Amino acid sequence: MEAKEIYARLKKQFPEKVSGFQGEVFDPNLHVDPQAIVEVCRYLRDNPDLRFETLSDLTGLDLPKENKIQVVYHLFSYSHRHPIVIKVDLPREDPHVSTMEGVWKAANWMEREVFDLFGVVFEGHSDLRRILLPEDWVGHPLRKDYVEEEEYDGISTQRAPLVEKLLR
Amino acid sequence: MKPLLNSLPETVFTTKVDDLLNWGRASSQWYMLFGLACCAIELMQTGGPRADVDRFGCVPRATPRQSDLMIVAGTLTYKMAKRTKLLYEQMPDPKYVISMGSCANCGGLFQLAYSVCKGVDKIIPVDVYVPGCPPRPEALTEGLMRIQEKMMRERWLVKQPAAVGESTGA
Repeated sequence: MEAKEIYARLKKQFPEKVSGFQGEVFDPNLHVDPQAIVEVCRYLRDNPDLRFETLSDLTGLDLPKENKIQVVYHLFSYSHRHPIVIKVDLPREDPHVSTMEGVWKAANWMEREVFDLFGVVFEGHSDLRRILLPEDWVGHPLRKDYVEEEEYDGISTQRAPLVEKLLR
Repeated sequence: MKPLLNSLPETVFTTKVDDLLNWGRASSQWYMLFGLACCAIELMQTGGPRADVDRFGCVPRATPRQSDLMIVAGTLTYKMAKRTKLLYEQMPDPKYVISMGSCANCGGLFQLAYSVCKGVDKIIPVDVYVPGCPPRPEALTEGLMRIQEKMMRERWLVKQPAAVGESTGA
């Protein structure tokens, strides 16, 4: 099924919740209301014409100019061989969204990664801990306004300036 | 390496105990089986048949408690830094450290990243730095031989001269 048709389907099923379709890009994508994301995804998975069995990827995106954090869901259907990308806009100050664990189990670790690096809180997640960084880490480093600490656990994070080294 | 001075004929050798100890130690550097990133592949190559560091007694050991030498091969993240320090502390004295590759030396290509330790010498003392990204087995072999040279210069039984002003008790 073409991305345009998938969007038409969703628009018909959830007229209020779905918007912002972009079809002329490498990954055709659409925006979904954060409140309805689980509902929409369950429909995408269970509808026999859509049947998105796989959550291929779940990532985040920090957009400080627009003051929002995006969570991006990459879906793929192996039975129908069609992909779609879903985006959810969250406020930058307090990003909250429901977990996708109940729809695709694969979301568990990927949501932990987004929580670790962007600080998005996934409500209802069974085990929301840091996955890549140490547990006593401060801050979320993939946010654009992240500032590196002076030291971590007694280890200095300072390094000799590169240009000075070259001039010597 | 000339620790054994052949001053008497046939089967009798004379040497200094220090030299004998050092010779034994330098000829059996057991390094810890420990790799962090792509440098570990070159470390495996160095242990393999072509570079063959086994020929001067470098054997990988799977536990820090039996190792004399730690080769820090690869990018050291802060998460791993704690564990690396713990492994170093578990090794029995005398112990030596080779920092292998740019990442272990100074953070290398990843030194601008938030999660990468800017050199293994920020957490443990390093004896030999091997440059390269990653260093070829020849370079690491050279590093191992530098460690051997360092071992041969050490003195265990000779009393160190007392510092100035320190009472000898005599």
